[in-house]
Amino acid sequence: MSKKITFAIGGIHPADSKFASHRPIEVLPLPPVMYVSMAQHLGAPAKPTVAVGDKVKTGQVIAEPGGFISAFVHSPASGTVKSIGPRKDLAGNDMTHIEIAVEGDEWAEGIDLSDTLVTQIPEDRLEILKKIQNCGVVGLGGATFPTHVKLNPAPGSIAECLIINGAECEPFLTSDCRIMLERPREIIVGAAIMQKVLGGCRCVIGIEENKPEAIRAMSEALAELGYAGIGISVLKKKYPQGGEKQLISAVMGREVASGGLPISVGAVVQNVATALAVYDAVQKNRPLLTNTLTVTGDCIPEDRMHNYLFRIGMPLSYIAEQAGGVPENAAKIVSGGPMMGKAVANLDACTVKGSSSILYLSAKATKRKAAQNCIRCGRCADACPMGLEPFLLNRLYKAGDVDGLEKNAAQDCIECGCCLYSCPAHIPLLDSIRMAKGQVMGVIRARAAAAKAAAEAAKVEEKK
Amino acid sequence: MEIQLVSPSPHVHAKASVSAIMGDVCIALLPAVAVSVLFYGWAELLVLGVSAVSCVALEWVIARFLMKKKGAFCGPAALVTGLLLAMNLPVTTPWWVVLTGAVFAIGVAKMSFGGLGQNIFNPAIAARVFLLISFPAYMTDWTVTPGFIHSTDAVSGATLLGKVAEGGAAAVAGTDYLRTLFLNIGGSAGEISTAALLLGFVYLLCRKVVKPWITLSVFATVALVSGVFWLIDPAQYTDPLFNLLTGGVVLGACFMATDYVTSPMSNGGGVIYGIGIGFIVMMIRYFGSYPEGMSFAILIMNMAVPLLNRKFHQRKYGRK
Repeated sequence: MSKKITFAIGGIHPADSKFASHRPIEVLPLPPVMYVSMAQHLGAPAKPTVAVGDKVKTGQVIAEPGGFISAFVHSPASGTVKSIGPRKDLAGNDMTHIEIAVEGDEWAEGIDLSDTLVTQIPEDRLEILKKIQNCGVVGLGGATFPTHVKLNPAPGSIAECLIINGAECEPFLTSDCRIMLERPREIIVGAAIMQKVLGGCRCVIGIEENKPEAIRAMSEALAELGYAGIGISVLKKKYPQGGEKQLISAVMGREVASGGLPISVGAVVQNVATALAVYDAVQKNRPLLTNTLTVTGDCIPEDRMHNYLFRIGMPLSYIAEQAGGVPENAAKIVSGGPMMGKAVANLDACTVKGSSSILYLSAKATKRKAAQNCIRCGRCADACPMGLEPFLLNRLYKAGDVDGLEKNAAQDCIECGCCLYSCPAHIPLLDSIRMAKGQVMGVIRARAAAAKAAAEAAKVEEKK
Repeated sequence: MEIQLVSPSPHVHAKASVSAIMGDVCIALLPAVAVSVLFYGWAELLVLGVSAVSCVALEWVIARFLMKKKGAFCGPAALVTGLLLAMNLPVTTPWWVVLTGAVFAIGVAKMSFGGLGQNIFNPAIAARVFLLISFPAYMTDWTVTPGFIHSTDAVSGATLLGKVAEGGAAAVAGTDYLRTLFLNIGGSAGEISTAALLLGFVYLLCRKVVKPWITLSVFATVALVSGVFWLIDPAQYTDPLFNLLTGGVVLGACFMATDYVTSPMSNGGGVIYGIGIGFIVMMIRYFGSYPEGMSFAILIMNMAVPLLNRKFHQRKYGRK
């Protein structure tokens, strides 16, 4: 095995708490009613293409992209569309959902449901992209950016390296680990497909050292399938290794400029779960309806932890029920990891393509302590993987100095939470920096809009 | 089901706390404190006790009744100041002078600037310098009191650096450096055992409470500056090893120059800060009217910290 690699700046070492990593993936039965959100992805929400009363089949398109950066949404079960209207999401915001009364699991035509591994990759690049788009594949590493857009870089930019993200650096989460153990060959074929789409660049699968079984399973599958130009790199355990910018630093030793895209340094990063979804879409014609989710936490016994294959549109409360109910001493429920996940305000919210966990945290683990004075220990700055100085940004934000915030790169913050995690004075640094980032981005956008308006005005002037 | 908590990420914490960090500093000071009590006896225990108790009590009183601010009191932080102040004083210092020092350290140098994390000057050093100027006779009385281990009668004598100030390097010719490293009777409590101080500092490094750069840059600069002068005139100027092992260089560089609040945030700034301290202390030792200058060196460089923080930043991802 080659040398273990990691990113250059900052990072922290939280206890990884991967208690559920040995629990095999179980398939969740269908609930009687499912609610499919139109905001399953980054970008414009999808537009429903079905009407109330329509009969739908599993895998049938029920919504189309609402813009360039958007994605198709498919029915997670067969049944009847009961209603289309606003429903509260995780955070309690209203979003259009399609309600489906489940009447079975009859799949739409042309979808291959068999387990046979298909290794023959289609020749036509555009055909592959079309399939990925039609199957509604989005990035499953957290951002849910539509995959067909990311795999089709603007003309002039060349992909030099496809990085498959198997870092799973968030504590507690084990779904990526499980799919690497249980479906390594499909993931590798998925990686090879994306590699082909990107014009045959090299491909590196990065996996953190705390998942030795996953590393072994993936290495064996790779050896068996023998695709050229794909390699596995073992990453040191360090959070936030799975951050796109950090993974590029670890694997390629390059850094994406502030405000730039990974492709500007020749990188395309895709999650292992996305590679699996790409395989399902391209080789099996299966739309993205399912993903793996971990039910875990610090306040449930290990025998109540699960890795579930869920379908989009399942209420979280239903999944919690299936796993034995919400534990008594859970003080906070998080969707996602403990570092970047979202606290759940509404357990009736439903799963989306990017759902990765139901995490129960005890008050002891999650309750914030009262903030004290900053003692200038600099731990936040040492921890920041973007090389920012959170203590300084916090002060500038408090002082309302938006210019200072921009000069000190508040807009570069990736909201990984390392600063707040490390602060011995319990100062809510990231809370301030998030707000500061919003202000600075507003200023940057306003400036760009003003520049554009000025340029147009000049053009009009010229014509006269 | 009642969901109690909804707040932004991150949802977990490293469990580090200011009190735990300051507690580590107290633990790191223990070897040196123990050595001082063993060798200077009851008198040293009195100085330590008065200083520690009055610092903690004063911080509590000021935080509670004058600032009326929740969280302004941090016991272990005040204890660090109390211990450091005591280690910077002669063992014969009267209790009321120690108390005056504590009032200056906590009341003036720390709390009047806003308390924990807000002070410009290291409180213990500010108080030591205040006492040195206000009570020069007490502060330079290096009578040694009988300890629990070495039980000779009280002896009075100049410190090694005091001898140098009088008669140049020749006055201390033949000093046993190995003995100086472990046991150096004469001087304040914090000057007795360099080895005990270094042991505590290694603990701080292992616990990742401090980084070594400031301390190393002080040591390197002291060695370099004294090395140059020593090579020019060994009869007049003391050698590098002598300068590292005597006086307050080790105590200052390990425990006071590394104070979070009054030192630069960045490694680059820390190195410049250390170089400044090392240079100033050697200039005072060689050319100043005081035999020792560690306190002044640190205080002077404390003033440069805001500028160093402005100048030196961490390398940012993806930016030149």
